[in-house]
Amino acid sequence: MAVGSFFGSFDWSAFLNALILGVSIASIWLIAALGLTIIYGTAGVINMAHGEFIMLGAYSSYMLQNYVGLPFFLCVPAAFVIVALVGLILERGLIRYLYKRPLDTLLATFGVSLVLMQGVRLIFGSDPKYLAVPPIFTSNFQLGFVNISAFRVIVLGITIALVVALWALFYRTRFGVQVRAVMQDKEMAASFGINSDRVYMLTFAIGAGLAGIAGSLFGVLNIVLPTMGTGYVVQAFLVVVVGGGTLAGSVIAGGATGELQSVFAYFTNDTFARFMLYVLIVVFLRIRPQGLFAPSAKRR
Amino acid sequence: MRTSRRSFLKTAALGAGAAIAAPYGFVRTIDQAWGAQSWIKKGEPIKIGLLFSLSGGLAVPEEDSTLVMQYAIDEINKAGGVAGMPLEPVIVDAKSDFKVYSEKTKELILRNKVVSIFGCYTSASRKAILPTVMAQDHLLYYPTCYEGAECTQNTICTGPLANQHSKDLIPYMVQQFGKKVFFVGSNYVWPKESNKNAKIWLEKAGGELLGEEYIPLGGSEFGPVLNKIRDAKPNFIFSTVVGASDIAFHKQFKQEGFKVDSMPIASLTTGEIETRAMGNEFGAGHFLSAPYFQALDTPTNHKFVEGFLKSKYGKNGTTHYNMEETYLSAYVFKYGLEKAIKAVGIDGITPRVIRDHSAGIRVEDDVSPEGLIWIDDQNFNCWLKPKIGQCQADGSFKIVKAADTQVAPDPYSIYPDIGKCTADGLKGPDGKLRKSVI
Repeated sequence: MAVGSFFGSFDWSAFLNALILGVSIASIWLIAALGLTIIYGTAGVINMAHGEFIMLGAYSSYMLQNYVGLPFFLCVPAAFVIVALVGLILERGLIRYLYKRPLDTLLATFGVSLVLMQGVRLIFGSDPKYLAVPPIFTSNFQLGFVNISAFRVIVLGITIALVVALWALFYRTRFGVQVRAVMQDKEMAASFGINSDRVYMLTFAIGAGLAGIAGSLFGVLNIVLPTMGTGYVVQAFLVVVVGGGTLAGSVIAGGATGELQSVFAYFTNDTFARFMLYVLIVVFLRIRPQGLFAPSAKRR
Repeated sequence: MRTSRRSFLKTAALGAGAAIAAPYGFVRTIDQAWGAQSWIKKGEPIKIGLLFSLSGGLAVPEEDSTLVMQYAIDEINKAGGVAGMPLEPVIVDAKSDFKVYSEKTKELILRNKVVSIFGCYTSASRKAILPTVMAQDHLLYYPTCYEGAECTQNTICTGPLANQHSKDLIPYMVQQFGKKVFFVGSNYVWPKESNKNAKIWLEKAGGELLGEEYIPLGGSEFGPVLNKIRDAKPNFIFSTVVGASDIAFHKQFKQEGFKVDSMPIASLTTGEIETRAMGNEFGAGHFLSAPYFQALDTPTNHKFVEGFLKSKYGKNGTTHYNMEETYLSAYVFKYGLEKAIKAVGIDGITPRVIRDHSAGIRVEDDVSPEGLIWIDDQNFNCWLKPKIGQCQADGSFKIVKAADTQVAPDPYSIYPDIGKCTADGLKGPDGKLRKSVI
């Protein structure tokens, strides 16, 4: 198809569809990044095992569905609990000894990611698993010329709900005040009687649990495989780094990258869209290395 | 002694020279050793290498290849082996890493002294190990489909080439569903070359190409592509998406509200194992072109399916085209080796001799689950019957069309200017012979 004829056939309905799809892609990027945002933003841990937390979320949904017979919509919160517990154990057993050495967390969590991946392969085998969903999730909505699949709407809804819940947790509860105090200055917060150890532990668990939710949703959109997380972790890191490690930053960064991906893909193709997006991100980080909304606190 | 700057430089240069020369010297001595000592000895097991990934991203299809090879080897050994000698597999894990593929190839040839290597699933890994295989004049059995455009004297392939794969599928789809088609593929060499072939069949069938889109390998976001397809309104989609992406593609196809009755996907890759992974409701109604389906109704296939699934290697619960092509390669090897031993005796066997004697080897209906195939005596690919299957609601395939006769493999069908692949090398239009072309 010639470029000329392509622009000649530009029509607003298709473009609008691309914009709507962009919102959906953004929600997928964002939900993958939410857990990482919290873990990185609060504790400064570069969690390379985030993709494997996503994978564990998908596998725990698969397990509950196939061996316990839980309906899918209950598997999602259950995945949160299971992966949060895994995160909790990991934090207590390993990560807490590394808070003073943020670069070492990178290596340690990378090792953990390999262990989790191979462990799941040993238990479940390397063949892909299947996650069943109710038939209404596999249909789509059509309003005039606007098309969107039901499941994408659900992912978007859950993403919005999680962002609101996280905002409320961080800015409307006593625990949130403690988290923000620890983020700004751990020693000062500790001297005011805040148990920073506990704060780190809980935020790490919540972050892991959020990855679990994302995983149980991606298992439906995509495929359940031991290696499924590796594809998402890059996107998640991009969103977190561009956003600067804050919740608001991640929301805006996720929205912008998802939307740009969809619009570029609409005008050219998927491969070129990724190329353009990554070039733009590199340029952006050259100009603003701290990201969109970096916390104004003292840097670690 | 104090080392002067000059003498230091001299020693360093000598050392560097020796380091560069060393591997070549090493290889030459090994070569000489091979001249004296035969590859297989009477009464001793025949070693063959199985080079597939058992971990990493390629493990899903390649683990099955290893399992089915072990099954075939057991079967051959139970029936008395090759010329009275049992086969002994040397199994290595290539870890889905191209560097490991080429390292392990060297190890299999030089250290384990296997007489042939069975391996690889992707063109990328094949191209990674072929230089080593050719340098050692060894033999690779490549047991799956690929794009062609290679002419080496060290490969035997038992899967369909691009020129055989979509030959029937495209005209069939145009006839059944309409002329307008949209191509979707993974972004690497095989889908692009396959699509070049498909375009030729499409033109012959009078079809019209509305668009061509490629998704990065492993990518899982098909929203933008599906939006374009929705706007283009094709009659069917021709897919060369592979692996995990393929499963995401079929899932999102249905989730985005596309109807399989009015716009099915005609794929070269979506077989029994992919359908199981995506769930039957996402696979039902779509089409696949392959030489083998688990549902093929022949006594040989029933025996193969039952025997394999009951054996200790059948834990994944299904057979599919890639497995069957791998299974065939074991028999092509057995027959080729038997013929070679008859011709030159056990002491004369080298990998190259096996390859030269494999020209025209036939695997008959009573052994080959897909039916009679034979190895082309010029390019050493496989004459086979491509079949078209439609996925049913239970995840099995119904065969809707099978070619009447075996289709000839032609690795250079879309590049006639480059030449024709013969047994001794690629013969250009100017009559020049080029060996080992990859």
